[in-house]
Amino acid sequence: MNTERIKNLAMNDNGFIFDPSSGYSYSANELGIYILRLLNEGQSKEAIIAAIATEYEATPDNISSDIDHYFLMLESLDLLEL
Amino acid sequence: MKKEYIAPNIERNYAGNLNKYGAKSVVRHIDNIDGVPVKELLGKYGSPLIVFSENTLRKRYRRLQDTMNMHYPHLQQAWSYKTNYLGAICSIYHQEGAWAEVVSGMEYDMARALGMPASQIIFNGPGKREHELQKAITEGAKLHIDHLDELYLIEKIAKKEEETPQVAIRVNMETGIHPAWSRFGFNYENGEAFRAIQRLLSGATMNLIGLHTHIGTFILDARAYYYAAKALLDLAQKVYEELGIAVEYIDLGGGFASQNTLLGSYTPGEFASPSLEQYAAAIGEAFNESPFAAQHKPMLILETGRALIDEAGSTLSTVLGKKNLPTGERAVILDAGVNTTITAWWYKLKVSPTRAFPGAYQNTVFYGPLCMNIDVIRAAVPFPDLHTGEAVVLSPTGAYNNTQWMQFIEYRPAIVLISESGNPELIRQRENLEDVIVREQIPNRLKDF
Repeated sequence: MNTERIKNLAMNDNGFIFDPSSGYSYSANELGIYILRLLNEGQSKEAIIAAIATEYEATPDNISSDIDHYFLMLESLDLLEL
Repeated sequence: MKKEYIAPNIERNYAGNLNKYGAKSVVRHIDNIDGVPVKELLGKYGSPLIVFSENTLRKRYRRLQDTMNMHYPHLQQAWSYKTNYLGAICSIYHQEGAWAEVVSGMEYDMARALGMPASQIIFNGPGKREHELQKAITEGAKLHIDHLDELYLIEKIAKKEEETPQVAIRVNMETGIHPAWSRFGFNYENGEAFRAIQRLLSGATMNLIGLHTHIGTFILDARAYYYAAKALLDLAQKVYEELGIAVEYIDLGGGFASQNTLLGSYTPGEFASPSLEQYAAAIGEAFNESPFAAQHKPMLILETGRALIDEAGSTLSTVLGKKNLPTGERAVILDAGVNTTITAWWYKLKVSPTRAFPGAYQNTVFYGPLCMNIDVIRAAVPFPDLHTGEAVVLSPTGAYNNTQWMQFIEYRPAIVLISESGNPELIRQRENLEDVIVREQIPNRLKDF
């Protein structure tokens, strides 16, 4: 998983994201930003799931499928290489 | 306490997302039907659940009656049983004054079982059997003749029973819409309808009391009804002048569009579908121009079904699960599919959450519970993240779903009517195994295995 592009993003806590290399901006929800920050720190998928499960009301199974989906979204936006 | 979980989401920002009709793409939630909370309804009657609003049913009926009467004051509505033949629903329309419009022997029996006098039943349909006609003739129903073989059969029964059936001729014609329905009745333009009337009268066994047409379904151009009414009124004038019979009524059938959005249409139904006022104005114009209407004041019959009832019905359904599709879309599996909500194959049904959701929307496809790929309730719509066990409301679903629904692999759900005072009443119980297998007979030799 290549997270180089994510390291380059400017993010704020309100969910606004700016990519200086492309000029595009994005909006993410709370968990979307949270995951981007963890990816930025170089965390693995498993570590991210565990972190979310401790903080949010959801089971790791549910989270896992949503994260796969989210990674696909990031890939389609050219922000992540799986 | 842990935070509420909402699936992660990200979207690229684009400038200017308004669509050209200014319709909001914001998903609004519906948490009650006529004041009764969705949660309470599902808790009491189970999921999925079909709910009708008596208030909307009666209001739409009265609105059509009042609106049409402003243009031409001799309207008689006939409730189209095939649109919805639940006993409670038909009874509401009959209380309002509607006759029954039936298209099969089964529907005829239903109307009679509800207590409709045969003289207030219009028997349409292209496939009337001899025993059905015999019953309808001896009881005095109004028969709408579809083809010559039926005409001959009615003559035969009339002679045998020494009855004089009250009949109308069904007429098909060009009204400028596509597709022009040509399968019902006799053609207007090529003179077939007039010849059928000549033949009917020469037999001297029945009374010609009306002319009928059913020009199509979901007619998005109200003007088509002007041409239909004009053609029937011109034909009535010709029959009066040349054959000396003044028909008592002109029946323009059904076909008014509801506010649903057709699958192929990008214009939302509330903009694309004519209002009842537009249909009434088009019909009224033809009647007010007609010398036949001026002299004889025939009754106008409308068999409007869909436009009266569609918006009065909703289907409540529960999320069984969700998954991610390889297309990048979210898929939600509901417990109501095309088995209960077959009109999903024709319309972009509105799917509404039942509570306000925070967060961004994702493209979401709604599937039903059936083991078929075509069990799609709604192709991708932007929708908030739903959790398993959440309820959604599908609407409008009042027309055709309770007559064309399928038995396929599931029990049919309960149906509830919310009364005008806001009281939910069960009008059809949820089915069980007994309902499904009661007519089966298993030969004894197959009982051991």
